[in-house]
Amino acid sequence: MSCSSRLTPVLRRTIAPCLLRSANASNCVPCAARRISSTATRRLRTSPRRCAKFTTDTYPEIKRDPRFAQITKEHVAFFRELLGKDSALVDGVTADVSLEDMEPYNGDWMRKYRGHCKLVLKPGSTEEVSKILKYCNDNMLAVVPQGGNTGLVGGSIPVFDEIVVNTSRMNKIRFFDEVSGVLVADAGVILEVADQFLAEKGYIFPLDLGAKGSCHIGGNVATNAGGLRLLRYGSLHGTVLGIEAVLPDGTIVDDLGRLRKNNTGYDLKQLFIGGEGTIGMITAVSIHCPQRPKAVNVAYLGAESYEQLQQAFREAKNHLSEILSAFEMMDSYSQDLVYKVRQNKRLLEGEYPFYCLIETSGSNPTHDSEKLEAFLDQLMTEGIVSDGVVAQDETQIKSMWAQREGVPECLGHWGGVYKYDVSIPLSDLYRLVDETRERIEKAGLKGDTDEFPVVEVAGYGHMGDSNLHLNVAVRRYDKRVEEVLEPFVYEWISKVNGSISAEHGLGIAKKNYIGFSRSETMINLMKQIKALYDPNGIMNPYKYL
Amino acid sequence: MSALRILVPVKRVIDYAVKPRVNKAQTGVETAGVKHSMNPFDELSVEESVRIREKKSAPGGVEDICVISAGPPKAADVLRTAMAMGADRAVHVDVKEGEDLEPLTVAKLLRAAVEREKSNLVILGKQSIDDDAAQTGQMLAGLLGWPQATQASQVRFEDGNRVLVTKEVDGGVETVAAKLPMVITTDLRLNEPRYASLPNIMKAKKKPLVKLSLSDLGVANERRLKVVKVTEPTPRQGGGKVEDVDGLISKLKELGAL
Ligand SMILES: Cc1cc2nc3c(=O)[nH]c(=O)nc-3n(C[C@H](O)[C@H](O)[C@H](O)COP(=O)(O)OP(=O)(O)OC[C@H]3O[C@@H](n4cnc5c(N)ncnc54)[C@H](O)[C@@H]3O)c2cc1C
Repeated sequence: MSCSSRLTPVLRRTIAPCLLRSANASNCVPCAARRISSTATRRLRTSPRRCAKFTTDTYPEIKRDPRFAQITKEHVAFFRELLGKDSALVDGVTADVSLEDMEPYNGDWMRKYRGHCKLVLKPGSTEEVSKILKYCNDNMLAVVPQGGNTGLVGGSIPVFDEIVVNTSRMNKIRFFDEVSGVLVADAGVILEVADQFLAEKGYIFPLDLGAKGSCHIGGNVATNAGGLRLLRYGSLHGTVLGIEAVLPDGTIVDDLGRLRKNNTGYDLKQLFIGGEGTIGMITAVSIHCPQRPKAVNVAYLGAESYEQLQQAFREAKNHLSEILSAFEMMDSYSQDLVYKVRQNKRLLEGEYPFYCLIETSGSNPTHDSEKLEAFLDQLMTEGIVSDGVVAQDETQIKSMWAQREGVPECLGHWGGVYKYDVSIPLSDLYRLVDETRERIEKAGLKGDTDEFPVVEVAGYGHMGDSNLHLNVAVRRYDKRVEEVLEPFVYEWISKVNGSISAEHGLGIAKKNYIGFSRSETMINLMKQIKALYDPNGIMNPYKYL
Repeated sequence: MSALRILVPVKRVIDYAVKPRVNKAQTGVETAGVKHSMNPFDELSVEESVRIREKKSAPGGVEDICVISAGPPKAADVLRTAMAMGADRAVHVDVKEGEDLEPLTVAKLLRAAVEREKSNLVILGKQSIDDDAAQTGQMLAGLLGWPQATQASQVRFEDGNRVLVTKEVDGGVETVAAKLPMVITTDLRLNEPRYASLPNIMKAKKKPLVKLSLSDLGVANERRLKVVKVTEPTPRQGGGKVEDVDGLISKLKELGAL
């Protein structure tokens, strides 16, 4: 026998879960990642398959602000001199840069937005960011802060020729305290990298989301991302202890506190959390990280109705209380599309109109399993859920999460997605999906063949946070679809006192609709803040307010 | 053909997806507070047994699927999982935490179990991922004097107690045939194990689980091998990152490659 065959047991072992489960988890993690992370990871493709339409064509009413200067050779020379190396800028002004090289900064992952950016800067330090912004402010050059470019509302994409200031070179972890769990890191650290660093120390990043392999923690804070475990660890408004940021005039706001309690004046860092880069650029974050749970359990359940799902949620809080770490809901439309795209085996034998994924995180496996069992027992005996599976090992945990986390990506499979990320009181939450589907069907826009723009109307989301993702998967973006959806969706949400943007932010997508969720007074106060910190309006123009 | 009475040995091991760490004394890997699950190869054995029954692939049918595990009290968890996947009953051979059994001891206790349960087919994983010994199935076949087909990627039944087992070998597949009673060890491509469903997890709680001691099976934990030392693999030298093409060229020059 050749020596290769003697090697096979070893090789096979190393690749076991991938082979074992490849049909279930198409985004199987390389096995080098033998670490306790409960969710699967993936890097998002940044280069669009089909080129998106320019944002300026989609929104012809947006005009370039004439106060902004055009980028000149002199400007580029200044930046080149400042940053010192060629790799720190992508220069489409004085040099020839292929469309392909510029595309990752100019387009988004949904192929929905596309800018005319000609210059990308990648500063390596807070001082460089400060000098860049000051120069831009003095010369009236508009700027778009950019992290991992995974945002879903077009916030990180320039509209015209704004300069992209990208954080990818600011990627150092500055400090970690093993006793308190306080992490201080540069804005450009990739979320998953931060979490892996913490895993080694027995801690966990208090935020987790499907884009973790690409998004930056600065971007996460700038969008106040919610994610999969907000239910457990709370919002970034609570976990972020401090921020270092640069204002448009170059002022470095050093508020990188490491204290949980600090009642000394206005809490200004909160303005940057969810500020979407409109008043300054975040350069570093200090964040309080919880202990990594030693015991994680995941169950994936099928239910006959949305009412049953709500009952299951009530019971989950009741039985699992402090160990409940996620309650995610998915309707059959969203799950069927994932199976269709990935061609993987169904988790449950039967098909149900609703599914949910429940996760517990705790410190004592025996205690947690006992609670989970009692809970699931009750769900089954009382007929609250119809069927379900419980992960027996880490690999199964990952496959179950992949079935939830894979939804946004798979919905985009046919070309595009209209996404609405909304907060709605739980009792009304799913009704919006049904009514939207009805409208789309009535308008004759949905069908199985190419002539219909709409593939499916699906609902899923963080049910534990009353946060619904209403997604309309389309073959192409189409004005007729938009007209059926808007302002209908926004009016609907306004009527039930919901929020038109639960966690994805405003960006360009929702700029015009903020009035559905905020009063005139509130909007005016926000405008005052913007004018105070960014009087020239160079930070992320045409968006947010 | 006689009805099948299948014995499926399963082992509780450190979860496949968890990185094992060597203990401070360098005598083994750290197991306390580490997630454990069923050995992935044993999942395949359980799945295959249940499929043989469900697909009615054995002409004589399946009369009994009994899972057996020798290990600490927690080993009962993987037995329950196996029963939730479809096994009928379980035998738990109590072994104190930390008292590992050598493959020969396991083979001897399985021989006794085969006699006790009147099994005519034993399906085992080809190895367990903790010590990678890959010996138990073969030793068991030897002790019983039964034919063995190792590393099965497909199992088929024919009349006259004939069993055809396909296995993947270098550059192709090989099919062997033997008559019951026999021993089969499983390999990764055999099947894709199912998830434990809620109704089945609940049913599994009511299925019988018998506790035995090693002496009930007439074996003692005799050790022939002594673990001298356990160490981590030498850490891989991390690669360096360069900023750009110029950086790459100067690095290569520095290393004398250019
Ligand atoms: C598959 C997928 C799943 C997702 N799941 C969730 C989810 O569960 N919950 C959720 O809340 N969101 C989710 N998102 C969207 C989420 O907002 C982003 O993924 C992430 O938070 C943005 O980080 P980023 O580094 O990619 O930022 P970018 O997209 O680069 O930027 C987002 C916004 O922040 C600004 N910005 C970026 N960096 C800075 C900085 N350093 N200083 C100031 N402003 C900055 C940009 O100008 C832009 O307005 C998901 C996205 C994808 C693609």
